[in-house]
Amino acid sequence: MSGLRVWVQGIGLLGPGLNSWPAALAVLRGAQAHSLAPTVLPAPARLPPAERRRAGAAVKLALAVADEAVAQAQIDPGTLATVFSSSSGEGTNCHALCETLATPAPMVSPTRFTNSVHNAASGCWHIAVASRASSTSLCAFDGSLGAGLLEAATSVQLSGEPVLLVASDSPYPEPLHAKRPLPDHFGLALLLAPAADAHSLAALTITLTGADAPAATCTDASLDALRRSIPAAAALPLLAALAQATPQRQVQLDYLAGVGLQVDVEPIARPVPEGAA
Amino acid sequence: MTPLGISSCTLTTALGAGCAATLSAMQAPRTGLAPVRFQGVPLTTWTGEVAGVDAVTLPDHLTDFDCRNNRLAWLALQQDGFLEAVAAARARWGAQRVGVFLGTSTSGLLQTELAYRRRGPDGTLPADFLYEPTQSTYSLAAFTTQALRLSGPSWVVSTACSSSAKVFGTAARMIAAGLIDAAVIGGVDSLCLTTLYGFASLELLSPEICRPFDAARSGLSIGEAAAFALIERDSNTPQGWLLGVGESNDGHHMSSPHPEGAGAIEAMRAALADAGLQAAEIDYINLHGTATPSNDAAEAKAVVQVFGTQTPCSSTKGATGHTLGAAGGVEAVMVLLAMRHGLMPAGLNVQQRDPDLALNYLVENRLAPMRYVASNSFGFGGSNACLVFGSEEA
Repeated sequence: MSGLRVWVQGIGLLGPGLNSWPAALAVLRGAQAHSLAPTVLPAPARLPPAERRRAGAAVKLALAVADEAVAQAQIDPGTLATVFSSSSGEGTNCHALCETLATPAPMVSPTRFTNSVHNAASGCWHIAVASRASSTSLCAFDGSLGAGLLEAATSVQLSGEPVLLVASDSPYPEPLHAKRPLPDHFGLALLLAPAADAHSLAALTITLTGADAPAATCTDASLDALRRSIPAAAALPLLAALAQATPQRQVQLDYLAGVGLQVDVEPIARPVPEGAA
Repeated sequence: MTPLGISSCTLTTALGAGCAATLSAMQAPRTGLAPVRFQGVPLTTWTGEVAGVDAVTLPDHLTDFDCRNNRLAWLALQQDGFLEAVAAARARWGAQRVGVFLGTSTSGLLQTELAYRRRGPDGTLPADFLYEPTQSTYSLAAFTTQALRLSGPSWVVSTACSSSAKVFGTAARMIAAGLIDAAVIGGVDSLCLTTLYGFASLELLSPEICRPFDAARSGLSIGEAAAFALIERDSNTPQGWLLGVGESNDGHHMSSPHPEGAGAIEAMRAALADAGLQAAEIDYINLHGTATPSNDAAEAKAVVQVFGTQTPCSSTKGATGHTLGAAGGVEAVMVLLAMRHGLMPAGLNVQQRDPDLALNYLVENRLAPMRYVASNSFGFGGSNACLVFGSEEA
């Protein structure tokens, strides 16, 4: 099988010690050691004030990386289809609802309930950018990044239109944190297109593999710890390959116990903006 | 899209377990809704609870997955020869070439809600609470993949009440891209406290049985259900055909539909275009029809824009309740049954049709052959999906 071929037009990244795609390039290239600083979530500037106040961490994270990828690709988000993939939704919401529901006469907050859906980030983004294009929201537990990449790449190929992929995870508060420990927020966005143009950063060729091939690791031990502990950070070997100036073949990514993903990454040479980091 | 044959399908709702029980309830017609009894919830509302879920036991090697949602899934998977049909597909294509894409909104969340009532003095959750195989949104697809001994790609689509309609699109894309040859698709959502109290907090639950498209409709009745379909690249035994999928977003509001149904219109038009059909060729529309004042009003406006006022249509939620993330899958199987038996199902519980909703809304069963049908599913976050099915390839 030839694999799914798509072009990367824009990248968004936010995680511990990784404050944006340009800011993370040196670490991803191995030119600088990763330093583990807590993820700082910006206020979602695109949302109207009322929605901005209601936005929880998961929405802030998803919208921040989505914005970065769209800005880099210089594409109109108002017509853009999207795929949001996450191993869980808004953890603080889920905790607050479960706490309320454990009381004798629960008084559930309608806002919390509305934003408890797995597609809350998708809904907020499409409202913010006024897009009626298709959007889906996925979960495959620790394999959520791989699921999102497959859904986005097949959608690009079948529709012939660009798709914004957002893969992001946020931790739960206690006591759920003890049952599902995620150390911090991590999110990335890839704007994928069916053909190359002046904004293309790289071509990806994605194939499904059996489970035998072990996932590529990150040379930096601190980055590799992130890769192993946050589902969306399974993309780090792909991001590291995208940060290189030379083609990176057969980058193996974790997906499910029985299925892996392999990505060939061919960068398209373009200058990094001065002072971008 | 290239038409895809549906080799086998099954559903379990408040109407009963399996296609035969569902068909006989549709023919009667009767509702599966009753005043809520679930967990002693003190709300004034009706629910579509599936009988016998508590008594279901999961296969021995899958007991970590034990929760109401996976019990309901397992109950449904054992109906209508579905396990045998999947086994044949596994033998034909290989376990790695059969995907599993399922919709759910709350997965095994009830397990977490109940665990929060058993927290230790230090606030911790009980040791027997397992996050990954129960609460995780993916739990349903993980359980189903393992129960069916498949090893292809899988994930859960969770876009609220459009979830298990959208998986038909996912499967079609994955097959068209050549990554798989067949897929098990559908959805499961089970009763839990979050949805009962949550919809109550939004004042969207009807205190009486839900009455879609009635002038005095006052909200929805929540149901639970599981629906599964096996879709194949080259089906030997098609029970019906998936002809088109349309997906869109409202981009309008998190919990209210666009008042003119703008996103719904785009989804229906996209589904017709994907199927290569004209609106006039659709014989019956299964509406989303939740019975909230705003949903039915917006959907009626949207349907009129796309189909005009004459196409026979109804909502089957007066029989099953709104089964949330399972609704798209349930209604897909119901329209496949409807086509096979030439039965356009009545919309139940209507006392007086809303004169402002200018649709050919069926309040009695109609016996008529159907070649092409459409099914709408809309959800929170403005997510819309429309599926077009045919009794034959287009």
